Amino acid sequence: MLEFDGIRVTRGSFTLSADLSVPTGARVAVIGPSGSGKSTLLSLVGGFLAPDRGRIRVDGEDITALPPGQRPVSMLFQDQNLFPHLTVAQNVGLGLRPDLRLSDPQRARVTQVLEEVGLEGLEARRPANLSGGQQGRVALARVLLRARPVLLLDEPFAALGPALKAEMLALLARIADGTGATVLMVTHDPEDARSFAPQTILVEGGVAHPPVPTGPLLDNPPPGLRAYLG
Amino acid sequence: MAAGLFRLTRAEAGGAIAATGLSALILGTLATVAWAAQGLAGLGPWDWRAVWFTLWQAALSATLSAGLAVPVARALARRRFPGRSALVTLLGAPFILPVIVAIMGLVAVFGRNGAINDVLRFAGLPEISIYGWQGVILAHVFFNLPLSVRLVLQGWQAIPAERFRLAASLGFAPRNVARHLERPMLRAVLPGVWLAVFLVCLTSFTVALALGGGPRATTVELAIYQAFRFDFDLGRAASLGLVQIAICVAAMALARWVAIPAAFGAGLDADHIPAAPGGWHRISDMFVITAAAGFLIWPMAAVTLRGLPQIAVLPPEVWQAAGRSVVMALISALLALTLSLTLALSLARGRMRWIETAGMLPLIASPLVLGTGLFILLRGWFSPQALALPVTVAINAVMALPFGLRALIPAARTLHQDYGRLADSLDLRGWARLRYLTLPRLARPLGFAGGLAAALAMGDLGVITLFASDRPTLPLQLYQLMSSYRMDDASACAVLLMAISFGLFWIFDQGGRLA
Repeated sequence: MLEFDGIRVTRGSFTLSADLSVPTGARVAVIGPSGSGKSTLLSLVGGFLAPDRGRIRVDGEDITALPPGQRPVSMLFQDQNLFPHLTVAQNVGLGLRPDLRLSDPQRARVTQVLEEVGLEGLEARRPANLSGGQQGRVALARVLLRARPVLLLDEPFAALGPALKAEMLALLARIADGTGATVLMVTHDPEDARSFAPQTILVEGGVAHPPVPTGPLLDNPPPGLRAYLG
Repeated sequence: MAAGLFRLTRAEAGGAIAATGLSALILGTLATVAWAAQGLAGLGPWDWRAVWFTLWQAALSATLSAGLAVPVARALARRRFPGRSALVTLLGAPFILPVIVAIMGLVAVFGRNGAINDVLRFAGLPEISIYGWQGVILAHVFFNLPLSVRLVLQGWQAIPAERFRLAASLGFAPRNVARHLERPMLRAVLPGVWLAVFLVCLTSFTVALALGGGPRATTVELAIYQAFRFDFDLGRAASLGLVQIAICVAAMALARWVAIPAAFGAGLDADHIPAAPGGWHRISDMFVITAAAGFLIWPMAAVTLRGLPQIAVLPPEVWQAAGRSVVMALISALLALTLSLTLALSLARGRMRWIETAGMLPLIASPLVLGTGLFILLRGWFSPQALALPVTVAINAVMALPFGLRALIPAARTLHQDYGRLADSLDLRGWARLRYLTLPRLARPLGFAGGLAAALAMGDLGVITLFASDRPTLPLQLYQLMSSYRMDDASACAVLLMAISFGLFWIFDQGGRLA
């Protein structure tokens, strides 16, 4: 269970409050107008932003004061999910040990997850020598390897074409099911929300609302969301 | 907004420690100088003449450099010829050319036995002397004209091609182009260029030491050296140091109002060519470029031709000095890199602006002032002989800091923006972060900054002169050979010094590119 307990953030004129919880293993879309605080919500969980008030808990454990790398969380950003100067194997291996001193079994694990995402034999390549889809798969391989209880997606794959994006989301769903991770995904695209996330958190007017079923919300959106969706 | 909202991150703590240490070193040294000075009452008319000379020679050098740079930059901007890009690259060379080597070159051309005086004598005209204020100005223009040309050329190439196209379609004559396009650009660029040269010339020491001196060509830096070395009057040296600090602080205050452009950087090969009028403009451009290239290349060629054959027979103490200098330059560069990287990384997190101020402190402390202060501070514990080399290494590292920061801060900011969160989310910290993220991503600016620091330290003839050393650096050895009129050895030594300085820069810079 991922809990936002009395969270409040103020930065200048921007405020966001969140008081909600997401059941373990749920796949939840985060949707709302630009600037409403969708990314802020993810940053709070990822540890890139400290709340002014409130606690964040994962499975009962308070993570509010932990630095980003020590949280039970994996995060995929809009872009720059890979270090361009490191090889595919290194980029994935960082998920196991940041100092890259991998044992033989760990190395074998890296090879194995690369196979699972369909990148066998590409260990020694650099990201620049991969297609956009392959780059996304490398990032997903690392997520698979880290197997953290919470997975945050800040509009990943936004730069990919529709077909490729659908393919990535399907792979992502498989990985999330395999690891049993709780997933929060920020998206601008209602179709992504419908296909990927049974539940949706609406962020609007400075408040992150508790998750509700995605279909009904999008079929019958409240006024603010309606204006945004067009 | 990183996790550091909870606490200082390790990078920030490192930066804060480095900045505090640096501030303590510089401000502590300056405070020592101020304390030892006991006011300005000890300064006589001779000293105030040095202040006056420092100011007007810097102003005249800046005016000549900036003024002469305009026609050269205009010619380079609108003409294309074989060797142009090589010449533009060469214009960056004086930045890392050891001052004492350039002086050798200028003496070889403009000195008593130089080519210019040979011609004058042949024509029955009076000879010119390179010693005195005119020599100081000449050397300053030699160093700063090329850099000014690069800066003004950047300005020219920053004018969008569309403007020149529009001007052409409206049938502008050259004077219309000058009025509507070029003069507004020059008005924006030239004050910064002038001020950059002015600042450099304010702390001129080596040039004044070798070509100046006497009542009419002594800078404050040189006066500090004379008070220290010849009169051993530490109080007066410190008073002069105080004056030098005041001059630097005033100049820096002036600089706050004018944007000083970076003296180095890419982008001198724009693919558009501004309107290039034909006729006599073409001939005058050709003349200007040839004259500027000759002024730059001739002295270097003269030294090289004379010195090259002698290198094989250089006495062993020169080679020892060379080895000593290389080791010192490498230590200096390593120190400068470590400091500037530490400062830049914590600045990139963007919350402690005072760190940047600390990094720019070296700009108000001239090498001789720092040297005097450190000597006063440490003389109770160490002999001047023991102090000479470590103090030189430390001061050269500190002096290279502003350049290192200038190269590293933007790169560190980009690195933090692009990969900071990813690295944080993967718990990439400490040594692993340095090895797998910071060093590979910053290799280029690190190589460039390290090359600058190493070359500047290698060629520096400044604070070492304060401490008569039985273990001279290569530039000091060269100066001693010059002073005893062993000109063949001095020329060979100059070639060696020039080769090592450029070589060090090249190795570092290339290393950064290949990493």
